[in-house]
Amino acid sequence: MKRLILLLVLLISSVVAWAEDDELLMARSSLEFPEAMAALQEAVAAHGYTISRVQRVDIGLTAMGYKTDKYRVVFVGKHEQQEMIIKKHPELIPYLPIKVAIFAEGDDTILVAANPLLLSEFFPDPALEKYFRRCENDMRSILVEVQEAE
Amino acid sequence: MVCHGEEGAGGVGVPLAMSSFLDNVDDDFLFKTIRHGRPGRVMPTFEYFSDAQINALVSYIRGWSDQPAPKFSQGRIQGNPDQGKKLFAERCSACHGETGEGGKGTGVTMSRPRDLPIIAPALNNEGFLAAASDELIRHTLMKGRKGTPMVSFLEAGLSEQQIDDIVAYVRSFEQAAERKPVLEAESASLIVESPYSFEETVENVKEIIAGKNFRLIREQYLDTGYVPEGQENKKQLILYFCNFSFLNMALSIDPRVGIFLPCRVTIVEQDGIVQVMAINPMRLSRIFNNVELNEACHEMRDVYTEILEDSTL
Repeated sequence: MKRLILLLVLLISSVVAWAEDDELLMARSSLEFPEAMAALQEAVAAHGYTISRVQRVDIGLTAMGYKTDKYRVVFVGKHEQQEMIIKKHPELIPYLPIKVAIFAEGDDTILVAANPLLLSEFFPDPALEKYFRRCENDMRSILVEVQEAE
Repeated sequence: MVCHGEEGAGGVGVPLAMSSFLDNVDDDFLFKTIRHGRPGRVMPTFEYFSDAQINALVSYIRGWSDQPAPKFSQGRIQGNPDQGKKLFAERCSACHGETGEGGKGTGVTMSRPRDLPIIAPALNNEGFLAAASDELIRHTLMKGRKGTPMVSFLEAGLSEQQIDDIVAYVRSFEQAAERKPVLEAESASLIVESPYSFEETVENVKEIIAGKNFRLIREQYLDTGYVPEGQENKKQLILYFCNFSFLNMALSIDPRVGIFLPCRVTIVEQDGIVQVMAINPMRLSRIFNNVELNEACHEMRDVYTEILEDSTL
């Protein structure tokens, strides 16, 4: 029952949040890190994106003697679209590919991404806005899919 | 749910389900906290939620406890803030900071030991001051928070008058509380044109990065991973680098900073023009609502600027 109430509250909240263009997209998965990472890879591919690289932040930190839990940064994008964007807006290059940070939080896993729509605010152009709005929808779907994966 | 956990066990955010917290704050405090957030302290504002939505959230949170919600008056408690200031310095400042700025970091695994379920809140935060009534603060001082370093000041030997003095001093933070400055509008990308060839510029950037105590961790082309190896555009090169001490510090401020990681400079040649580029961390920082992180991003913006300028001198 509690879960149902929470889902209703979150549903109402998320509809509003969509309208408000929140800037940080986040999800919490009840899966442990390796499973959540696999779910993320699957969801990214299902939406037609490519993972161009995974940065293993925790490995570097641990090697340098720092204590950390599992932490990765996943770079995702669509090559053709990336090429199209930077042809017209090379100043966007430092922000591409898009990143998703994924890290363990106890037995859960947290995923965080900057809202892609933020980039159309940084670099105003109606064509870009259209692209990044689509991208935002995809990122939201990807995060929801990881959150709901069992 | 992402920050506080589905059952309120906490994580990035406060463990709301902890009975010594939930049974000692009223619904008004929860409502106003959701509405106003904690400016500059990770907890965002939810100004776009309707009252009904916030009330639904408060009811849901309240459901984690089988105790009835306490009710506190919204009136002011009379006390001597000057006396309170002395007591605050002796009894509170070690955890809450000299001027009530609170503990550092957020509540996540990497930023603090798990035996400390709550980071000392920023008592001088305008969101806290708007949400917490004098009586709630007084109640907290009298009872403490079991399971946290916050002890009962009554049991610690203070009189009720002395507790009222501390309340009056905490309330006086309202006069000093300033709205955190909104980050000024800056260009989202830092870009400098290089007078050198592409190859020379790459070598310059590498040298400057090393000179600033960063370790070059990887170089790759912008389209690596998208096109078959060997077919990349060799005139779009990314240099990834890291200062692990700085990284560790940034993650302890907010573990979600992965979207800044790793540090990166991109060197691009197009139509014979070589440019060196980086993100401007100051532009991204605002989405974290964290003053401490703003300072780190300010520092990183300066580092990027120096790398770009020094490598193209």
